[in-house]
Amino acid sequence: MKNSLVRQALMLWLPLVATYVIVLLLVQANIIDAYMQVTLATICINIVLAASLNLITGFTGQFSLGHAGFMAIGAYSTALVSMRWDSVFGFLGGLLLGGVLAALVGFLIGLPTLRLRGDYIAIATLGMAEIIRILLQNFEFTNGAAGLSPVPQYMDWTWFFILTVGSVMLISNFIRSRQGRDAIAVREDEIAAESIGVNTTRSKVLAFAIGAFFGGIAGGMYASYFYVIKPEQFGFLKSVDILVIVVLGGLGSLSGSVIAAFLLAIISTLLQPFPGVRMILYALLLIIIMIFRPQGLLGNRELSLRLLPRFGRRREAAASGTEEA
Amino acid sequence: MSTILEVTQLTRSFGGLTAVSNVDLTLEQGELVGLIGPNGAGKTTVFNLLTGVYPPSSGTIVFSSPGQTQSLGGKAPYAICRAGVGRTFQNIRLFKQLTVLENVMIAYQQNQRYPLATSFLRLPGFRRAEDEIREGARELLRVMHLDHVADELAVNLSYGGQRHLEIARALATRPTLLLLDEPAAGMNPTETAQLTELIRQIRHDFGLTVLLIEHDMSLVMQVCERIYVLDHGIVIASGTPDEVRANPRVIEAYLGEEVDHA
Repeated sequence: MKNSLVRQALMLWLPLVATYVIVLLLVQANIIDAYMQVTLATICINIVLAASLNLITGFTGQFSLGHAGFMAIGAYSTALVSMRWDSVFGFLGGLLLGGVLAALVGFLIGLPTLRLRGDYIAIATLGMAEIIRILLQNFEFTNGAAGLSPVPQYMDWTWFFILTVGSVMLISNFIRSRQGRDAIAVREDEIAAESIGVNTTRSKVLAFAIGAFFGGIAGGMYASYFYVIKPEQFGFLKSVDILVIVVLGGLGSLSGSVIAAFLLAIISTLLQPFPGVRMILYALLLIIIMIFRPQGLLGNRELSLRLLPRFGRRREAAASGTEEA
Repeated sequence: MSTILEVTQLTRSFGGLTAVSNVDLTLEQGELVGLIGPNGAGKTTVFNLLTGVYPPSSGTIVFSSPGQTQSLGGKAPYAICRAGVGRTFQNIRLFKQLTVLENVMIAYQQNQRYPLATSFLRLPGFRRAEDEIREGARELLRVMHLDHVADELAVNLSYGGQRHLEIARALATRPTLLLLDEPAAGMNPTETAQLTELIRQIRHDFGLTVLLIEHDMSLVMQVCERIYVLDHGIVIASGTPDEVRANPRVIEAYLGEEVDHA
């Protein structure tokens, strides 16, 4: 029992630490050049965005079109705080404040709207994100449409690694817990979930606020890497971009979101040489993937090392079944 | 014996239709009572009122659990469940894309709480609490003869298996009153006979009071100690199976009125 726990931990951490060290060396040797570093940053931010939206839409089943709004709150908080206190503590404080504010807004918006079902939530969240964007455009302290710059850059590969891995792990821990199973039960059948004692409104609001928190963190990562933030970067299209990653990876699959974030970034990079038709090819690829994998790349399964022994067990079970027959 | 559920003058209308009208119903501790009636008589609506799916238009529902007597009318379904009323659904409502074990675990964990921080950070106590939930759920699967399919997806179970799982999930909420909505629907006679035995057994082992809706008359007549007959939302008869069987109003409701040809 203890041995297998140790092995599991090793199987998880060894590849992660190896990835961290290898990428760190490649960045320092400039094999991963400035351009590829931007791609790397985008992948990390998109992973956190997609994982957090997947918690809301894929696992809890609440169709949200407003994730860019939470991202904006995180981005502006991080920018404003770290521009005033230009230190790593200012950055981390702003990041945390952004997450907490986004969660608070998620909670306040979620409380009334998550009593609604299906399409209504999509429209309510869409409206929320637009309100946030327009407020940022009109407030004095957010510098209106011109946005904020320069945002001190604290995000480097080490922070990207810590924040991305940390966020995905926390979300994954939540999903594989009592509260996470409650949320999944809400997605599967709300009436049945209520009938066995799940407070479904509480469960939905909780998942929504947690998703919003990590959306805010992703926004902070964005602000502290890209120097400039403007309200227009957090519009409806950004929300759709995030949703595309989630759907492509598979609603209800965290590893699917991670893989899709990678894949889309790589596709996008490969299409750089064809600026004229880039968006058309990108859209075509998405359509083709959706035709052949309508459930997303991974469906609602997870890519996991534990899958292997599980397949073994299935086969054993099947074998013993035939013996009985 | 003490009264566990007392329903008085329960009424529910949908627009102009009165689906349930002035229903009085009493359950004594430990009883196994049937609720029967023709299609559309309002049986499932009574269940939905008892479990808070709809609030009653009027009337009272008083539920007594050990040490507490409370009114259920207008409470949310999850609160009614936590008070000790478990139920199954006529049109099976499982968490289809989850495993059989997970289905029961979600119900079981409602009484096995641990804080959010424990979940996020895998604090000490997480593994023990999870093991308790898993073992508790497995035990119920054994009771319902589902332990061999614990890791299958619920959607892949046979019809009978799904009905068993619904009961296992309801039991996992640790109810004192169990409402079964057509537990034998779609089962063959052998399966029904086994289910009858199982219902008797769980009532005894878990100290339950059971109210069940059923179309299968053999099951109802065999297993129920008392029966309420509902027609057009009104209780038209109640009593022991023999009394109900002999009641002309019941025969009329089921077979239609005799037509005088003369």
